[in-house]
Amino acid sequence: MRKTLRSRRAIPYLLMAPGLLWLLLFFVVPNLQMLLFSLSEGTLRTGFTTPPQVWDWQNFTGGIDQFSNNFRNSIVYGGLATILCFLIGYPLAYSIAFKGGRWKSLLLFMVIAPFFTSFLIRTISWKIILGNDGPLLALVRDVLHVVPANFSILGTPLAVVGGLTYQFLPFMVLPLYISIDKVDRRLIEAAQDLYAGPWRRGGAIVGGIAGALLLIALQLGLGYTSATGEDATITGILVGMVIGAVVGGVIGGYLVSQSFIRVTFPLSLPGVFAASILTFIPAIGDYVNAQLLGSPTTQMVGNVIQGRFLAQNDYPIAAALAFILMAGILLSIALYARLLGTDELTGGTA
Amino acid sequence: MPEVEVRLTQVYKAFGSDATGRRVAKYIQPDDSGLIVAVDHIDLEVQDGEFFSLLGPSGCGKTTTLRMIGGFEQPTSGKIELAGQDVTWLPPYQRNVNTVFQNYALFPHLSIFDNVAFGLRRRHIEESEVRQRVSEMLELVELPGYERRKPGQISGGQAQRVALARALVNKPSVLLLDEPLGALDLKLRKQMQVELKRIQEEVGITFIYVTHDQEEAMTMSDRIAVMNRGKYEQLGDPETLYERPATEFVAGFLGVSNLLPATLGQADGDNVMATLADGVMVRVPAAAVNGETSIKVGVRPEKIRLHADAATIPETANRLKGRVMDASYLGASTSYIIKSPSGARLTVFEQNIGRASHGSLHQPGQEVHLSWSAEHTFAVPTSSTTTSSSPDVD
Repeated sequence: MRKTLRSRRAIPYLLMAPGLLWLLLFFVVPNLQMLLFSLSEGTLRTGFTTPPQVWDWQNFTGGIDQFSNNFRNSIVYGGLATILCFLIGYPLAYSIAFKGGRWKSLLLFMVIAPFFTSFLIRTISWKIILGNDGPLLALVRDVLHVVPANFSILGTPLAVVGGLTYQFLPFMVLPLYISIDKVDRRLIEAAQDLYAGPWRRGGAIVGGIAGALLLIALQLGLGYTSATGEDATITGILVGMVIGAVVGGVIGGYLVSQSFIRVTFPLSLPGVFAASILTFIPAIGDYVNAQLLGSPTTQMVGNVIQGRFLAQNDYPIAAALAFILMAGILLSIALYARLLGTDELTGGTA
Repeated sequence: MPEVEVRLTQVYKAFGSDATGRRVAKYIQPDDSGLIVAVDHIDLEVQDGEFFSLLGPSGCGKTTTLRMIGGFEQPTSGKIELAGQDVTWLPPYQRNVNTVFQNYALFPHLSIFDNVAFGLRRRHIEESEVRQRVSEMLELVELPGYERRKPGQISGGQAQRVALARALVNKPSVLLLDEPLGALDLKLRKQMQVELKRIQEEVGITFIYVTHDQEEAMTMSDRIAVMNRGKYEQLGDPETLYERPATEFVAGFLGVSNLLPATLGQADGDNVMATLADGVMVRVPAAAVNGETSIKVGVRPEKIRLHADAATIPETANRLKGRVMDASYLGASTSYIIKSPSGARLTVFEQNIGRASHGSLHQPGQEVHLSWSAEHTFAVPTSSTTTSSSPDVD
C-alpha cells in the first residue's frame, strides 16, 4: 500500500524527467557555455582563454558602448512592431471572437496561414513588394504620384518595423483571441444594463491622447514625418501628432463603448500581457527582417550577434551581447509584470 | 388604481433558424416557414409596485419576454412601454430598468463595492453619494463589510445578494429577475424567496420575475402569467391559478391535478352536472364552466377524501369508486394512486392525522370511495394539442 503510494508520488517527476533533461542538455548547458565565452578572450583562430584564467568583463561594457545603436534599434523597432501588432491584432481578435460566428475557425486559420510558408520566403517576398521596382511603389509613386520620385521604402526603418509587424502578428492575435473569446457575454449585457453606453467624451479624450502619442513615437522611431514623408522635423511631428489625435479621438469616441473599456478590455488583460510578451521577445531578437528589408543603419542587435558568431567568429563579444539582450528582456518583463500585476502573469483569479 | 408600469402590446418575437436563434432553438421547433417563434403576440400589463411572475417550462418564451423588456432583444413586432414611454427600440442603457441575471453576471475583476457602484458611476453620480448608496444597499441585502472582496471570494448565495444590490442601487422603475435563485440549493432558495419578497416590499419597486418553479412563483408573486409556447395561458393571482386553472396546461403545471374527461349536462342550482366517461355524474360549479360541453373535470389531490365505507360521504359531495394501486408515506401526508373503474388514475394526498401506528390507512388493492366537495371541482376545456401536463421537475 505504502509502496504504491510512494511510486505514485514519483509519477509526476518521471513525467517531467524527459523535458527537464532536454532543458538541461540543450538550454542550461549551452547557456553556461555561453556565459563562459562571454567572459573569455581570444578568437576561434587563436583559441580561447576562458575563466577562471581570465574574467573579461570588457566584453559586456565594451559591447554596450560599441553597439548601443543596434540595441537602440532593437528596442525601438521591436517596441514599435509590438505596439502596431497590438493595434492591428486587438480589433482583429475581437472581431473574430465576437462577430466571427461560424467563420471563427476559418478566420483563425487565415491568421496562422502565413506560417505554412517559410519565414525567409515571406521576408524575401516583402523585399520584392517593397522594392524600388516593386508593385507598391509602382502604384503610389508612378500611378498615384503621392510620393516623390526618389522615395523608397526598402532599406528604411519603416520597412523593418513593417516586416516585424507582419511576421509576429499571429503571435499577438492568438493569445488575444483566446482571452477575448473567454469573456462572458452576459457580463457585457450586465454592463449595458447598468447604463454602460457609448464612451463618447472619455473615449475621445483617451483615444486622442493615445493617437497623438502613437504618431509621435512612430515618427521619432522611424525617423520621418508622416505628414510630408520627409525626415522628421518638429513641425512635421506636430502635424502628425494632430492627425493622430483626431483619428484616435474619433475611434475612441465612436467605436469604443463603456462596456468594452470597463469589462471586456480589463478581462482580456491577461491575453494582452501574454500576447505582447510573445510578440516583443522574438521581435527584439530578430535579425532576418533588418537583414533583408533594412540597411546598414537599421541593423538590430540580432544582426550583430549573428555576424560576430557566424562571420567573424568573435564568440566572446557575441555571447556577451546575447546575454545583455536576454537580461534586458527578462528585466523588462519583470517590470511589465509588476505594472500589470502578478495576477495577469499567472492568468488571473477569475 | 395603481398605474401600469410595463405594458406589452402584441409583442411578437421570431428568431431565424440561423445561428442568432441558437439559444432558443434548443427548445423550440421552427414552424413551417423556418422561423422559431419565441413570443407569440403577447399583451401584458404589469402594475406599479407589483411582484409579477412569468412562469413556464423551458422554451416557453418567458426569458425572451424578459430580455425584450430589458432591451437585450428587440421584438419582431409589437410595442413595449415603460411608465407610458415607448422603449421598444431603446438600448438597455437608456431604460430605467435593471436586471438580476441568471448566473448573477458579477464583474469578476471588480470588488463587491465597485460591482454595486457600477451603474451609479456610469450615470456620473457624485462619489460621496455613490459610497453612501452602495453601503445602504449592502446593508439592505445583509452584506455589510464585504465591499473589498472579489466575486470569486463569496458564496453563491452572497453573489445572488450582490447581484440584487447592484441592480436595486440604481432605483430602477422595474427590476427584472431571470431565474435568480436557480443556482442555489433548496434551503438557500427558500430563504432567499422570503428575503426577496421582504426586499421588494421594502423598496416598493416593480419586480418581474422569471421562473420555471411554480412553488417559487406562488410563494412570492402578486400575480403570475403562466406561459406556454410563446403565449400565456392564464394570468392571475396564485390562488385563482391554483383553484381555478383555465387550461389543462395550467392545471398540470401548477401543482398536481386529477383530470377526468366529461360531458357537461343540466344545470343544478349553482352547479352544472357533468357525466364522466364511466357514467358517473359529478357537480361542477357553474362559475368554472365557460360554455364548452366537452371538458375535463379537475380536482386537486389534497381536496379528495378517502372512505372505506360509502355511507360516510356527505350527500352533496362528488364521489367516485376506486382501487388503491400504490401508497407512499411522505411524512406530512400519504400519497395514493387510485384507479377508477374507467381506468383513470387519480392522485390523492391524505394528511397523516390521528394515526396510531405505522403503515398506510388504505392498503394497495383495497377498494375505496373517493369524495370531494363540488366547490373544489374545476373544469378545463379539452385541449386540442397533447400538451404534457406534468410539471417541469427541476
